[in-house]
Amino acid sequence: MKYEVVIGLEIHVQVKTKTKMFTAAPYRYGADPNTLTDAVVLGLPGTLPVLNYEAIERCAQLGLMLGCEIAEVCKWDRKNYFYPDSPKNYQLTQNEQPLCIGGSVEIELPGAARNIEGTHRWVQLNRIHLEEDPGKLSHTAFDSLIDFNRAGVPLAEIVTEPDLYSSEEAVAFLNALRNLITFAGISDCDMEKGQMRCDANVSLRIKGSDVLGTRTEMKNLNSISNVRASIEYEIKRQAKILEAGESVIQETRRWDATKNVSFSLRSKEEAHDYRYFPDPDLMPVSMDRKRIESLREALPERPFDRQRRYQEKYFLPYTITSVLCADRELSDFFESALSVYDSPKAIANYIVNDLLRELSANSEVGDSALLISDTKMKAEFIAELVEVVESGIISKQIAKDVFSEMFHSGDSPKTIIEKKDLSQNNDDSAIESLCLEAIANNPKAVAQYKEGNAKAINALKGPIMKATKGKANPATLDALLQKLIQGSE
Amino acid sequence: MSDLFYSDIASLNQGLESKAFSAVELMQSVIDRTDAVELKINAFVDRDVEDALKQGRASDERRARGESLGPFDGIPVGIKDILAVKDQSLRCASKMLEGYHSPYDATCITKLKEAGAIIWGRLNMDEFAMGSSTENSAYGFTANPWNLDCIPGGSSGGSAAAVSAGEAIVSLGTDTGGSIRQPAAFCGVVGMKPTYGLVSRYGLVAFASSLDQVGPLSRNVKDSALLLETITGHDPLDSTSLNQPKVNYSSALDQPTKKMTLGVPKEFFQQGIDQEVKEAVEKAIAWYGSKGYAIEEISLPHSELCVPVYYIIATAEASSNLARFDGVRYSHRSKDAENMLELFSKSRGEGFGEEVKRRIILGTYVLSSGYYDAYYLRAQKVRSLIRQDFEQAFTKVDAIITPTSPTPAFQRGEKNNDPLAMYLNDIYTISVNLAGLPALSLPVGMTQNDLPIGMQVIGKAFGESDILSIAHDFEKNHEFKNMRPKI
Repeated sequence: MKYEVVIGLEIHVQVKTKTKMFTAAPYRYGADPNTLTDAVVLGLPGTLPVLNYEAIERCAQLGLMLGCEIAEVCKWDRKNYFYPDSPKNYQLTQNEQPLCIGGSVEIELPGAARNIEGTHRWVQLNRIHLEEDPGKLSHTAFDSLIDFNRAGVPLAEIVTEPDLYSSEEAVAFLNALRNLITFAGISDCDMEKGQMRCDANVSLRIKGSDVLGTRTEMKNLNSISNVRASIEYEIKRQAKILEAGESVIQETRRWDATKNVSFSLRSKEEAHDYRYFPDPDLMPVSMDRKRIESLREALPERPFDRQRRYQEKYFLPYTITSVLCADRELSDFFESALSVYDSPKAIANYIVNDLLRELSANSEVGDSALLISDTKMKAEFIAELVEVVESGIISKQIAKDVFSEMFHSGDSPKTIIEKKDLSQNNDDSAIESLCLEAIANNPKAVAQYKEGNAKAINALKGPIMKATKGKANPATLDALLQKLIQGSE
Repeated sequence: MSDLFYSDIASLNQGLESKAFSAVELMQSVIDRTDAVELKINAFVDRDVEDALKQGRASDERRARGESLGPFDGIPVGIKDILAVKDQSLRCASKMLEGYHSPYDATCITKLKEAGAIIWGRLNMDEFAMGSSTENSAYGFTANPWNLDCIPGGSSGGSAAAVSAGEAIVSLGTDTGGSIRQPAAFCGVVGMKPTYGLVSRYGLVAFASSLDQVGPLSRNVKDSALLLETITGHDPLDSTSLNQPKVNYSSALDQPTKKMTLGVPKEFFQQGIDQEVKEAVEKAIAWYGSKGYAIEEISLPHSELCVPVYYIIATAEASSNLARFDGVRYSHRSKDAENMLELFSKSRGEGFGEEVKRRIILGTYVLSSGYYDAYYLRAQKVRSLIRQDFEQAFTKVDAIITPTSPTPAFQRGEKNNDPLAMYLNDIYTISVNLAGLPALSLPVGMTQNDLPIGMQVIGKAFGESDILSIAHDFEKNHEFKNMRPKI
């Protein structure tokens, strides 16, 4: 293609706080309609907003996490427009002075294959500001219904520079951003629950040009796949227009995820005049620099920093670290296991392979995967399991069963081993007689082994394992059989 | 006992404490008086007699148990129809809020209830507090008790007329550009706008948020002081309410007044002022001079810009504040709306009166992109200059004396077709709101046509005690407080 796409994203993230942005009403997803409201949320006559400092701090924390500068003063503006989901018909937002300025997000572009690390790049941000979420409209054949539960929930709007150059980059950005935000515990970023929503500004230009083309703004992208699909669609649509020698019209478009098409919502001429002005009900608040510094000091490690540390310090492979560091809870779990027993590779393997398998196997159909916090599994038990395997108390084979038992019962490995009498049988004389018996009973396999077929030895191991109920240490067993066969020559 | 409705709070409190009469009897006296004059005055848009008597009985029971809540226990206080009272109608004298009842109390109402006051009726006003004559009410005009053909002033015309006519002992009004002081002047009562931030605005239906304040109206200075000290205090529900130490304004009144310096701004006595008003105020100033107050001429050079600046800032804020009345949740909903846009436009078109629409359109215009800098932003800069004028003046004087209004009460209908003439009526009061200062109006004379003349005393920020004592000094040496309209 002779065109290059330039994308800027606006991402709205619901900030997790005890109460709403300007009142003491609580919020949680999925409550009965209009049960999480009060006089302020509904904009009843005479009510006034009161700042929720928790929301401001959380947003500042987000800004620090993304390397933004934090404004000296937190100020509010009114964005005036009429819409039934807006109780006051103005939205309190930060137009003139965003709380967080600049910043950047490290993204990882897709690698050559799933298990190969892609290149990293920093995407520049323009700003992050706070505003209040409006309510939610739903339409029936005859009526439109409004649920004001969501109204007034603190919303952080993260605005990037036009600094993304493919739909893959946009997706990579969203994944990286989501990971950063969930790492900091600022939001769960569940797009299905509306905790994270995305608008995409897309424009094309001739490759090599440094002038931006006319952009369109795509609204209502409520999943990562919608973001990808709508950008792809828009690239094709704009390319077709430009190819035909026509000009792209600056407009707002809406993505229809069921039909996989977008349609024009309003043109630039029809754009709202929001008549912004400083809100006279909320006094500007100066941001306490000491508090900002203490927030900065308390920031969690960024996911990619953590991943690099795992690779450099523990020599863990990309396939493992990319899974561990995609989930704060998972990597925290790894670290607490590691603090008990220092065997990073084995512990990471149990978590990434066995634990994740159990978690998905035990999730209800249709539900999202179980979280570690939903289970009885304790990090120190994983450490203990690795320790008993590495010290030869149980075999890796038995450890798999022990793991499954740990997952379901929540018992420690040692308790399970003791209860089920699973520790390896290292009584050499008993095993030796079993070995001799097996050699005597399988002359054919012994002959094959002697002729150089190493695998033939397995035929001898089967009956011994059966007799010991799997408790014979496989490595010891191999060595012993070899010794005995060679000795019998 | 027949004149209970015209008594002051101190003597009523004495009577209630000594059991000379009960709170129910006091309330009944006010109800009877209201019934007798209300057909002529129309100060109320709504009043619940049964509820008022019930509050009276509760007060009597408290007092019988020895649990009186203080000097306000059992005193009927009239409430402007813009302040939220739980379970009472709240219409702002607009069709827009027909049928609406507030589910909560404004903070000033909560404070009055905690002091045992009887919350009495809903007082008429200009729709959404926009006007200077109480003619812009969807529920009929209010008459001036001194001359029934004259307007009572506005927007708190009902609050001033009710107090003047004995239909309430005291009342609450709100003042955005003179809406307490000008009707107080026209009806011959005391009315006060406190420093911005002194009284919580929570539960006051916003007209212009950066200018609105709740304040008292009464027949004498001391009752205003008593009412003011009952409703002040920091309110966590209003971010613009200030955390100031509580002051007992009423007890400071009777202390010997230190002789203060009074500033007289020359700009306020020039053109457009009624001769009788000018003379009455000058006479009052002369009296202060004779009593040992220092009188100093001052200048407030940006005074002539007050009216345009006010009508930009106030209407800009109003256009946004009144957007919530859209027919969707609780306000008037048009029956002819075919779609969403019509639901908004027809509901608002039908629900709002002419003056409100005029100001919403003006405010929308001055905030529009391309005009914002030229109007709103510029007005805010001039507002700072106006504030500086006062700061400058207050380095030399303790208080500033002006007329409250350039004229006495005018005839009903006189300025209806000339909004600009109506706006100019607030020329002396508006700058005080723009600067956020406290000011009161007190009666200082009568015209030959028997209409009251008001004088404005403007104080420094939080200088309420000063202006109350200056007013009190005048009041106790003159007879105006005992003059009653013949209704």
